[in-house]
This record gives sequence, structure tokens and C-alpha cells, in this order.
Amino acid sequence: MEILVCVKRVPDTAENEIEVNGSGSDIERDDLVYSVNEWDNYAVEEAIQIRDNVGGTVTVVTVGDDESEEVLRREMAMGADNGILLTDDAFEGSDGKGIATLLKAAVEKGKYDLILTGAQADDGAGQVGGMLAAMLDVPYASLVNKIEVNGDKLKVGREIEGGNQEMNEIAMPCVLSIQTGINEPRYVGIRGIRKVASVEIPELGAGDLGVDAGAVGAAAAKVKRVDYFVPELGEGAEMLEGSTEEIIAKLIEHLKAKGGLK
Amino acid sequence: MADIYAYINHKNGVADDSALELIEAAKKIDAGAAVTAIVTGSGSELDQVADAVAATYPKVLKFNADALAYPNAEVVRKLLVNVLPADAILLVAHDTFGMDLSPGLSIKLDSAFVSDVADIEGVDGSTLKAIRQEYSGMVSTHVTCDISAGAVINVRPGCFAPDESQSAGGTVEDKSGDAGDLSTGRTFLEVVEAEVGDVDITKSDVLVSVGRGIEDEENIEIAQELADAMGAVVSCSRPIVDAKWLEKSRQVGTSGQTVKPKVYMACGISGSFQHMGGIKGSPFIVAINKNVKAPIFQVADVGIEADILEFLPELTEAIGEL
Repeated sequence: MEILVCVKRVPDTAENEIEVNGSGSDIERDDLVYSVNEWDNYAVEEAIQIRDNVGGTVTVVTVGDDESEEVLRREMAMGADNGILLTDDAFEGSDGKGIATLLKAAVEKGKYDLILTGAQADDGAGQVGGMLAAMLDVPYASLVNKIEVNGDKLKVGREIEGGNQEMNEIAMPCVLSIQTGINEPRYVGIRGIRKVASVEIPELGAGDLGVDAGAVGAAAAKVKRVDYFVPELGEGAEMLEGSTEEIIAKLIEHLKAKGGLK
Repeated sequence: MADIYAYINHKNGVADDSALELIEAAKKIDAGAAVTAIVTGSGSELDQVADAVAATYPKVLKFNADALAYPNAEVVRKLLVNVLPADAILLVAHDTFGMDLSPGLSIKLDSAFVSDVADIEGVDGSTLKAIRQEYSGMVSTHVTCDISAGAVINVRPGCFAPDESQSAGGTVEDKSGDAGDLSTGRTFLEVVEAEVGDVDITKSDVLVSVGRGIEDEENIEIAQELADAMGAVVSCSRPIVDAKWLEKSRQVGTSGQTVKPKVYMACGISGSFQHMGGIKGSPFIVAINKNVKAPIFQVADVGIEADILEFLPELTEAIGEL
């Protein structure tokens, strides 16, 4: 099976405190630790497991600048066979539709049976997979947490509310967005990283993709971010201050009053 | 302005709370809009929901078909493409169905898409101004959206307070005949209900809930010791289940269990909106986190800035000495 996985380099929110810069135009990016978007990492692991079971190849693709190459190499060290970097100044400021337009062009340069994305990334929009499927006119399922291959069809489980799982049969080719928890992404060691360090990763710009530069980037974006801000807190929590002993004493009083201690 | 529509989710013959919230969101787009509700499904449950929704919406369009018996987003997308005007503004709840339906729908309608909107500031000409959150709720953003060619807007559940007093006395129109071809490449099979775990966290008055801040599987023991001392049960946020440190039945959140204990101790949990969705209406929330900017502190009653790995054992000891 030929599988394409769309990945993104994002600030690692588990490792960083995200702060807004002085003017509100961006987050503070100095000293940020970047990594592969967590959901995408599960998608790549799932693709590798499917390939190992039924054969084929796994290709990882990303839209970004030169630094985004590091996430492609990381996923190749994990076990993906190929990487593709979509990069061009014209792509900057693309909204979800712009990114999906670029990915569609990349998909059409290959012949993929299955396309995976993470369920969402840093902006929390969760939009690129569904947009890409609609542009390609293939079936889509989001928040997928189980995949079984049955010939040219897949049986997929979707995570829905209340811990329940919605089972669907979906025809390939198709696009699925992958929810965390579907598998346990494997550990990537230094040796794996070294092994793929010199592999050539093709870079494709607007011309290579046959994409009209005016159809992507900031100019084409219907949805635009104006600024970043930290919301004013509501009443907020009563912060307990003092020494640890004093804090614990105050907390125990609260717990007693609210029925938190038996 | 284009006509505003709201897609209404329902289950077991009852409309979701979002039905009341979407109409409030619509009023922030156009205070005078006559918002049309769309209800899809089959059988008597559908009729029941459509009639109930007409109490809130002036007009309800009802689509009855076997293919719509379960809300398969691929089928509903085809229906909406068949029946909505190209410049429609459609509001959808940002839940697991809305996330499945909406991005692709916006492409098929060639309209704009704004995901997971927490607030709407209004419309200026053909520009909608909205507020979203990024980076797991750590920062917010103002966004603009060009709605001149229509828009699909996903609204975060719980962000628009419903006005329960209003009564629209609306009409229900059966538009099933307009549904068109609903065949798709995705077939709904079944819903597999969540497994019942060894402990039912929804039954506990006190939950000691752990998140990423617990750092390591073996540290779960620290939370368990505190829970034992308090007579509480250990629950957790999603990353702990993803890491398989605790079973799914212990997960609090929209994709896990909804809980309503007397006291909820959020330990090392930053507080994504999916997690908050699982503790709606929890009376007393204690948040312990080393990041004082974590969103959980916005909803907690009592906050403690501390590393849970150091704080919880000391708290356990102090409770043991009572």
C-alpha cells in the first residue's frame, strides 16, 4: 500500500511555555523547542505498521521552510521511506485551505492509496485532512483511533464522545485524520537519525507543484489571524500562597469544607 | 447578509445543548437574523427533535432518509451541498461530528471555514471577526474571515450562553424530497460503547486527576497514595491514557467520561477545552500546576503553583497525620 502522511513542525507545548510577544503580532519564538506535531507522529507510526503488515511504502510530506526538513528526517528515522518538502516564499501565510491546496498538488504527483494527517496541530483547527479529502473528492474520516485493512477497503474506528467508538467501512483511496492513542509511536534513537542524515529530500516549490502562487499564501487566505493575546482571566482561582506547610494547611481546610476528605 | 443556518445534533430524540448555543452565536453575527435550523435523521425521533427545535428557531428544515439514520458526516456533507445556497453561513458545533463534517463541507461549498470559534465579535461589511485559541488554549487570537462567498463556522460547545426563555414558535418543513443522491464511499457500521473499567470514576465524590505533569508511569503511585489517604479515586487526562499508564475508563473529558464530583483535584493538568468539557458543573476544582499560566487556573476555585511530584507526597503525609 502506498501511504502519504502529512506532518508539521510545531512548537512543543509540552516542553515550552507559549507567550505572546510585546506587540501581540506573534508568540515569542526565541528559545522555543520544536518537534513533530504529536498527532502526526501517531499517524506516521500507524502508516509504518500498516506498511510492515501489507507491504508498500510510507512517504512523509510537509509544508514549511528549510527547518521543517528536520521533522521529515525524524519521521524517516522512525521508518518512513521517503520525504518531500513543499517550500516556497509564496506559501507563507497560507490558511488551512492554502495548505490543503499544496498537499493536493503533492498527492497528485504520486499514486497513494491512503493519506493520513494528524487530527489537529498547534492552531487546533483540525481542518487540513477534511479539506484535502474534499479537494481530492475521496472519502474522509476524522479522529481515527483504529484501522483494519480489508483488501481495498478499511474498517476504521473514530473516537466520539463519552469514550465510545464509531466504526465505519471506508473505500480507498481515502484520507484519515489520526487521533492520539491509536498506537505507541516507536522511540527514535540517534543511530536512526544518523542513518537518514544524508538522504536527499526533494524540495518542491509552486512551479514544481503546478500551483498558482496566487491561490495560496497570505493573499489567498480567507481566514487571517490578526493578533495573539492572553485572555483576561475571569474570577480565576484563589491562589494559595506561603510556605508549603501553610499552603497544605489552607488546602486541607478547603477540602474539609467541600467534602473532599473522608 | 446571506442566510444563516444551524446544523442541529441530536441523540435518542433529544437535541444537543448546542442547538441553543448556535442560535446565540448566530445573533452575534446578525442580531436580527431569522436563523434556519437543519435537522437530519429518520423516523419518529427526527420528528420529535424537529418539533422541539422549532421552539427556539423560527424555521426548521427536516430531512428524513434511511441514510441519515446515523449522522455519518460524509452523508450529511452531501446532503448539505445539495440543499444549501452557495453563500450560506452555516453554524456547526465543534464536536467530533462537526470536526468530521465541516472542513470538507467548506471546500465543497467553496466558502470560508473558521474552526473552533470561542467568541464572535461581529461582522464588519463581509468580514466576520472571531476569537479562537491556539496551543492547547495557552494563547488566544483574533481572526478575520471573509464571508462574502459564505462560511462554515464551527462553534466551541459551552462558549455561548443560551437564552432559555425565548420562544420562536417556529415552523417545521419536511424537505426530504430535496435531499438528492446521498451515496458515499464511507458506510457507518456500529457504535462500540466504552468498556466499563475496574472503577467507575463518575460515581466518586472526590477525584485526584493526573495529567502530563505526572511525567512517568511509576509516579501514578504518588497520586494513588493521595487518593487512598483522601478516600478518593484516581482519574486522568488524555495523555495518560494515550501513554497507556491508566485505562480509558479513567479518562475525564469529552472523549472520556463526564464527571461531577464534589471535589476535583487537577494535578499537573493544563486544562484543554476537551478536558474542561468533562468537568462541566464540577462544584469545587483544585488545580496544582507548576505553570501558573495553565488554562486550568481560569476555571479552578483554588490554585497552587507547585510541582505535583513534590507537592502531592507532602499533602498525602499531612492528610495521614490528621
